[in-house]
Amino acid sequence: MSQLKYLVEKEFKQISRNAIIPKMIVLYPVLVLLIFPWAINFEVKNIKIHVVDNAKSAYSQRLINKIDASAYFILTDISSGYNAAIGDIERDKSDIILEIPVSFDTDMVKERHANVMISANAVNSTQGLLGNNYLTQIINDFSQELRTELFPAATLSNAPHIDVVTDFRYNKRLDYKSFMLPAFIVLMITLICGILPSLNIVIEKETGTIQQINATPVSKFNFILAKLIPYWIIGLIILTLSFFLTWIIYGLLPSGSFVTLYISAVIFLLGITGLGIIISNYSETLQQSMFLVMFFILIIILLSGMFTPISAMPGWAQVIAHANPLTYFIEIMRLVYLKGSSLSDLLRPLMWLAGFSVLFNTWAVLSYKKRG
Amino acid sequence: MITVNNLYKSYGKVTALNDLSFRVNDGEIFGVIGPDGSGKTTLFRILASLLLPDGGSAGMNGLDVVKDFRKIRGIIGYMPGRFSLYQDLSVEENLKFFATVFNTTIEENYLLIKDIYQQIEPFKKRRAGALSGGMKQKLALSCALIHKPEVLILDEPTTGVDPVSRKEFWDMLERLKSEGITILISTAYMDEAGLCDRIALMREGNFIAADTPQNIINSYTETLWAVQTENMSASLRDLRDHPQVKTCFAFGNKHHVTVRADLSISGLQRYLKEKGYSKVEIDAVAPTVEDCFMALTN
Repeated sequence: MSQLKYLVEKEFKQISRNAIIPKMIVLYPVLVLLIFPWAINFEVKNIKIHVVDNAKSAYSQRLINKIDASAYFILTDISSGYNAAIGDIERDKSDIILEIPVSFDTDMVKERHANVMISANAVNSTQGLLGNNYLTQIINDFSQELRTELFPAATLSNAPHIDVVTDFRYNKRLDYKSFMLPAFIVLMITLICGILPSLNIVIEKETGTIQQINATPVSKFNFILAKLIPYWIIGLIILTLSFFLTWIIYGLLPSGSFVTLYISAVIFLLGITGLGIIISNYSETLQQSMFLVMFFILIIILLSGMFTPISAMPGWAQVIAHANPLTYFIEIMRLVYLKGSSLSDLLRPLMWLAGFSVLFNTWAVLSYKKRG
Repeated sequence: MITVNNLYKSYGKVTALNDLSFRVNDGEIFGVIGPDGSGKTTLFRILASLLLPDGGSAGMNGLDVVKDFRKIRGIIGYMPGRFSLYQDLSVEENLKFFATVFNTTIEENYLLIKDIYQQIEPFKKRRAGALSGGMKQKLALSCALIHKPEVLILDEPTTGVDPVSRKEFWDMLERLKSEGITILISTAYMDEAGLCDRIALMREGNFIAADTPQNIINSYTETLWAVQTENMSASLRDLRDHPQVKTCFAFGNKHHVTVRADLSISGLQRYLKEKGYSKVEIDAVAPTVEDCFMALTN
């Protein structure tokens, strides 16, 4: 035991004397949490709309005012010709066109039915799709308004009618940030605790110090464990700092308990640091291990459901995603933060995480060679 | 005592150790001398239990390097060829770290390392990476000795160290020998060979000779002359062209020449004069270990 204690003490001395790592431990969460949520945002706002108002009527004016009042749209121009509008899209001055026909008002009153046309620039497919959805919603609202206004009786007499009321559970305002912040915390822990211990062992190989250690009675197990313990502690410090920062900056606190979060984090940390050690055991130089780590980290981040839902991935990618510890920890973090899940709700992902930890660490100890 | 029997190790097609057998007695300084790539480091790594042999066996003090590797690690002090201590830890921290790793303390074995450590103690707060080459060697030796090993395995400890520090280093080895520690050391410096009790000349994975330095020198049978001219590089070629010259090597600021018995010093002098050299000096010299090595490898 005392041997392990001195090995860990040595690791901490070396980390604290490193010019960059101690600063990174504090700066990294601050920067990531300040910058990433703003940069990676799938919400579409400020869509530039060009309205071709052929009707120039009272109703068309009301519709235009309603669109202009929405936070999603910026009204760039109102014209009376489709050609001018499409020219605007080509010059990138507008993203979407709404064309109101000449007979808009009369159709509305007489036929009880009017057509409008939406043309969206779908080069950015998300923006095109969401712009179309938001605009359709505004028009539907408007038509509902007109209906109650013009035919108060008709709304009642109208045969079967479904009114859809949507309640977005656990994330009322569909806030992208509260969905992504827990995932960013996972990302940070993965990067720091996956990469650093891996580089640490390879550095000992490159400087030759591992030879001196190998010629001593220090056991494989103690040696690896002493490499891991500092990064488990660093991981938990970063985690705590991140919880605090998401609360201070975004006012986001987990709906579930911190105990659940910490227990899951410890199980995850055991696994991800083990993965780093495995990589270092198979690399002889820093260059090799950097390349391997980058490769794996990129894959496990992209195939973790962090940015895109796993159910939307092709079958083979789903298989990889399910064999990825990140998937389960992100799932846990989101469920605890947004839904308030408890340990008993999270038994399945926790078991997976524990499985990975056992697998990776056994592999790490076995693949570390004291003798060539 | 170190015993090595028919040791064999290869890296793919390259044979590093080829059926090597030898024995080092207790309290002896045994030097292994050979050019780079002759297999010295491989041998030392196997003895330090860091590398598994492909064949044969090796052991020390009744322990086998493969089977009893844990116990072996407790009784050996190993110093790799490259400085392998933690450069970002201080002198004192390195020493303390290696002491604790061996479950001992600096105080317990201070007497053994005192002479060496005292020389670097004024710099004990300095990081190991900031030490000079000679001081690094002294620290490495202190760390290898801190658990009072029975056997010291030193892989080219004096390479890249200045002559004064090298001299001091060998003085220390003499003292350690008097403590009863068995020392196995490799070196590329031939002048250090004479300081060993016994030396082995190594080439291509095996010893071509192993004996006391004096016996090795005594077994030298060639006629050896030292030749000096005003143009050393040109005369090296001309000497090698002489039909009665067997070998000729640059040796410091002279050429060491071995000749057939029928050539006389004046004969060679005449030959060099004819070739246009004016200041020619030729003397018969006593052979050194390096001459023996050269003779044995040719």
